[in-house]
Amino acid sequence: MESEIAQITQHTGGVIGSAWLMIAFPLLGAFILLVFNRFTNRWGHLLGVAMSLASFVVAVLAFFELIGFGEGERRRAVELYSFIPNMNIDMGLLIDPLSISFALLITGVGSLIHIYSIGYMSHDEHRRRFFAYLNLFVAAMLLLVLADNYVGLFIGWEGVGLASYLLIGFWQFKPSAAVAAKKAFVVNRVGDFGLLVGMFVIFTTYNTLSFAELKPIVEENGTTLAIGLLLLLGACGKSAQLPLQSWLLDAMEGPTPVSALIHAATMVTAGVYLVVRSGAYFFPEGSGAALAVAIVGAATLLAGAIIGCAKDDIKKGLAGSTMSQIGYMMLGAGLGPAGYAFAIGHLITHGFFKADLFLGAGSVMHGMNDEVDMRKYGGLAKYMKVTFATFFIGYLAIIGFPLLSGYFTKEGIIEAAMEHNQVLGWLAVLGAGITGFYMSRMVFMTFFGKKRWVEGAHPHESPLVMTLPLMILSVGALFLGGYLVMGGTLYTFLRPAVGGDPTPPVFHFASVPGAVTLALVAIGAAYAWMKYGRAEVPAVQPRGSFLTTFARRDLYGDALNESLFMRPGQWLTRIAVFFDNRGVDGLVNGLAAGIGGSSGRLRRLQTGFARTYALSIFIGAALLTGALLLVGTI
Amino acid sequence: MSPWLPILMAVPVVGAVVVALLPKGSDKLAKQVTLLVSLLVLVLTGVMAAGFRPGGDRFQFRAEYDWIPSFGVKFAVGVDGVALVLIALSVVLVPIVVLASWHDADGVKTADGTLITPKRSVKTYFSLLLVLEAMMIGVFAATDIFLFYVFFEAMLIPMYFMIGSYGGAQRSYAAVKFLLYSLFGGLLMLVAVIGLYFVAKVDTRTFMFPELIGAIQDPTTQKWLFAGFFIAFAIKAPLWPVHTWLPDAAAQAPAGAAVLLVGVLDKVGTFGMLRFCLELFPDAAKAFTMPIVVLAVISILYGAIVAIGQTDMKRLIAYTSISHFGFIVLGVFAMSEIAQSGAALYMVNHGFATGALFLAAGFLIARRGSPFIGDYGGVQKVAPVLAGFFLVAGLAGLSLPGLSSFVSEFMVMIGTYQSPAHGSGALTVAAVISALAVILAAVYILWMVQRAMNGPTAEPVKAFKDLNAREVLVLAPLVALIIGFGFFPKPLLDVITPSVKETVTNVKVPVSTIAEKGTGQ
Amino acid sequence: MTTQYLVLSGLLFAIGALGVLIRRNAIVVFMCVELMLNACNLAFVTFSRQVGNLEGQIIAFFVMVVAAAEVVVGLAIIVTIFRTRRSASVDDANLLKY
Repeated sequence: MESEIAQITQHTGGVIGSAWLMIAFPLLGAFILLVFNRFTNRWGHLLGVAMSLASFVVAVLAFFELIGFGEGERRRAVELYSFIPNMNIDMGLLIDPLSISFALLITGVGSLIHIYSIGYMSHDEHRRRFFAYLNLFVAAMLLLVLADNYVGLFIGWEGVGLASYLLIGFWQFKPSAAVAAKKAFVVNRVGDFGLLVGMFVIFTTYNTLSFAELKPIVEENGTTLAIGLLLLLGACGKSAQLPLQSWLLDAMEGPTPVSALIHAATMVTAGVYLVVRSGAYFFPEGSGAALAVAIVGAATLLAGAIIGCAKDDIKKGLAGSTMSQIGYMMLGAGLGPAGYAFAIGHLITHGFFKADLFLGAGSVMHGMNDEVDMRKYGGLAKYMKVTFATFFIGYLAIIGFPLLSGYFTKEGIIEAAMEHNQVLGWLAVLGAGITGFYMSRMVFMTFFGKKRWVEGAHPHESPLVMTLPLMILSVGALFLGGYLVMGGTLYTFLRPAVGGDPTPPVFHFASVPGAVTLALVAIGAAYAWMKYGRAEVPAVQPRGSFLTTFARRDLYGDALNESLFMRPGQWLTRIAVFFDNRGVDGLVNGLAAGIGGSSGRLRRLQTGFARTYALSIFIGAALLTGALLLVGTI
Repeated sequence: MSPWLPILMAVPVVGAVVVALLPKGSDKLAKQVTLLVSLLVLVLTGVMAAGFRPGGDRFQFRAEYDWIPSFGVKFAVGVDGVALVLIALSVVLVPIVVLASWHDADGVKTADGTLITPKRSVKTYFSLLLVLEAMMIGVFAATDIFLFYVFFEAMLIPMYFMIGSYGGAQRSYAAVKFLLYSLFGGLLMLVAVIGLYFVAKVDTRTFMFPELIGAIQDPTTQKWLFAGFFIAFAIKAPLWPVHTWLPDAAAQAPAGAAVLLVGVLDKVGTFGMLRFCLELFPDAAKAFTMPIVVLAVISILYGAIVAIGQTDMKRLIAYTSISHFGFIVLGVFAMSEIAQSGAALYMVNHGFATGALFLAAGFLIARRGSPFIGDYGGVQKVAPVLAGFFLVAGLAGLSLPGLSSFVSEFMVMIGTYQSPAHGSGALTVAAVISALAVILAAVYILWMVQRAMNGPTAEPVKAFKDLNAREVLVLAPLVALIIGFGFFPKPLLDVITPSVKETVTNVKVPVSTIAEKGTGQ
Repeated sequence: MTTQYLVLSGLLFAIGALGVLIRRNAIVVFMCVELMLNACNLAFVTFSRQVGNLEGQIIAFFVMVVAAAEVVVGLAIIVTIFRTRRSASVDDANLLKY
């Protein structure tokens, strides 16, 4: 199969030549807001939005310049400067269809979320700092996707991790937020370990870490399999895939725009980007590494969906759904070039509809005094018309309602999975059915049914600055998927960067899996209607069956981590500290005490009687003379 | 003959004498003179460094004067790339430390308002600081091994008094422990230095380092002399299991002295390993690589794990340094150019990162009078600037990419991973195990940040003032350097690499069989 | 002839040594030390005579000078101690100990 990716050409000049501006704008914004501190309090948020928009403009211009090139020349590398000369690592940017797609998503959705945050954070005294962190995030995320080598990618990778840490812990005075932030960083570091060691292996084997110098592998061997699995570990950390999923649900402690931007639309998809970017090198179609990616994706899409079914916290429900949707993307990313287009397509449409859903949830919370428990919502459709409408569009998109964005991309992944591996394909179908249930449950509990509000709640529609981004995002949620998938638009566009057949795969509107999926989604939605729409929703969480508890407790992921790593780790730490104080240092202090003690005894010999000293001198002299006589020197 | 290095050492000495001779009660003047002198040294070093030609002669700005002619001892100085960046590190840190310890020697106010002053006067503290600066420059610049030894030992004296007279409650214990440990190592080294003098195969007996390279051929002799040098440097560095003096000394020293202790003085150990242990005794170094790498890996993980369990902020930072020194030693003995360049770079970056962290912690402690993490909480809310600097310094400590320590840690690990020195792949395993420290580092730093900075604001913390201008001026340059060298390490690497290449050549490391770019195997 | 002188020298030395060890009076101890020194002098002179050069006699003069200096300092110390402590016993002057 023809899957060669295009050569990378060096590029100077033009908008692409100044693509670094994309990163520089938000970085400058973050710098100004952090360094000039409270002097920027009054207009800081506007600067943040402006920098993000400027970055978006550069991305759009670069996009148009890029499509001006022939298909084989659409991978442009821009040299910036020499980073680590000893290892020939240069800092450079790679503008190609894959990276520019991400750049557009990040700056586009990012700008919308910046705008939304003006309203959402208007009452927070630290709004300026919030925008500084958001700008920092955008800069780091752009570096991640635009870097032309693994080291640059890794710097961005950790940069977004830092931004995520800062933003999850934005309300750090809440201990839960502080703990969640730390947890997110530490769990991500486990993945980073994989990515780091993966880079060691790559550099040792190929003597380069630059995408331009790596060549697509012909056949998988032990080394590439090892690299693939290590990179997958990194991807699992950042994208909250099994077994490193546990941080994402806690990450909802951050303000809602953060959850929308970082923990739904962009950062958590970095793992998918990593796999697709490395696809030609280390995850060739049909390889063991690619299969591992697909399996992880399939497992996570089910796990996330199951968790989503049991959550009463609207944000945690959406977080479970994010896990699950990224699972779909990972599944697609494990299927070779045919899957890549759908994975990236789903990533983009998900960026829109999930941001829409999160921001919608934020709008609901904004109107409900920051209440997140869906059991205390109900009947909100009447009071928040715009929010409801946009949320509903997002909802239809995510469950894969025909002809909406999510339908095309998710069906595409399911179909591609069926071609490779029936089991994975049917798991994906099952996941879609569960999605239908839990998303419907969320919509019914929030917008329909009786009011279960706590006293003092006065739900009201959010201001335009918040609803406008919702409307724009919901337009994307409506049409983007169709545009990207029909006729293989995205596939053809991405082909130079990720490889694949010259002819795009045809999207089948009528197929057996597609029909089954729709049927399952309908059943799921209907069941949700029976339980949460028509029937009364108890205001207090019922005890629930074993399965419900299982899902509520995040499939016992935290319990597992706690008993496997945290507790033994605490014991190990305690033992090590004890050993250091008593063992190593005890030995040193013991030695000192021993010397001190023995000299205390020895000094008793110094009696003060001159004649005793004289005697010892005589004995010494006699002994010496005797010894000399014995060896015969005298 | 170039007068640069003697001048650099003379200026702080003269400054120290002037400060010491100032009349009683002129504390403020003493501080100002010290700051001025240290800034002058910084400027002079900058001018000198501008004239350094990387890739030129190995030792530049050389100066030699006879000292004890009958034994061939010379006052000989000169710098190669590694020495130059370490001198630069020292002279950058000194003015920062002076500014940071502005009130450190003034005494502590107790709860009832009485001022407890230290045993010795304020001006003595600053005078000692300048003496220490001259010696730090001297120890890195010495090209005569006897001169190096003299500085190596003499440096203990000012530091001993800085800890013993101006430190915390347990200062005497810590100072004596520090002194005895270092003297023990120093004596072993003295034996080895004298042995080297007598057994080296040179035309006239000498202590000059360049002439002694390759002068010891017999492998057994090499091993004994290597051991003498290595143990001294391992104690200084400090490497597990001879590390326990550092947490005590660093925790009891005033923050400024702790910065110089961990940031510069300890680097003499790793610097000595790189220059003397490897180049004078290459065969012994190769023979001992595996045991040393094992000790380094133990240091890395052990330091990190014990750091997690600390309750005292300064002790915690000291243990993180033990972990970081493990990385430096690992890099030095990985016997590859990348790892050794990384190790040399690590020495500089660690100085800035740990310096910033110690100083930020020092500012925090000065506000509350307690080094225990549990006594804080919610500082972020009342002193966001302090918390911000603390976080950035902490992130540099966990080697966050984009900050300077990442580049060096990355180079050390990747250089170790691909080092051909031990064909069996043992170094590869060592690199992978040491990479686990990235996870542990996140735990020890962020857990400390969480406990001290986040959460609800503790009652005594509520009265905290945020950083004042002086304190911002202390931390800002360090943070700027950390971020700057995080993205542009090239200027440092360009200086370091040629001299590391010399080392690699002198050690005769087997050349790696590097794969063709991008083709794979 | 040489043997007899050396035997005498040895005897004198032994008497001096014994006196240093068993007598308490500082003056007597002092005299015993003088005796030992002079025993050595005798041996030096004897050897000098036997080998026929002057070195031994020169050393003897050196020893005499040292002995004289010792008497000056030593007696001064003894007298001072006697003045303050009313005793010339060496066992009473035992404050300088652990």
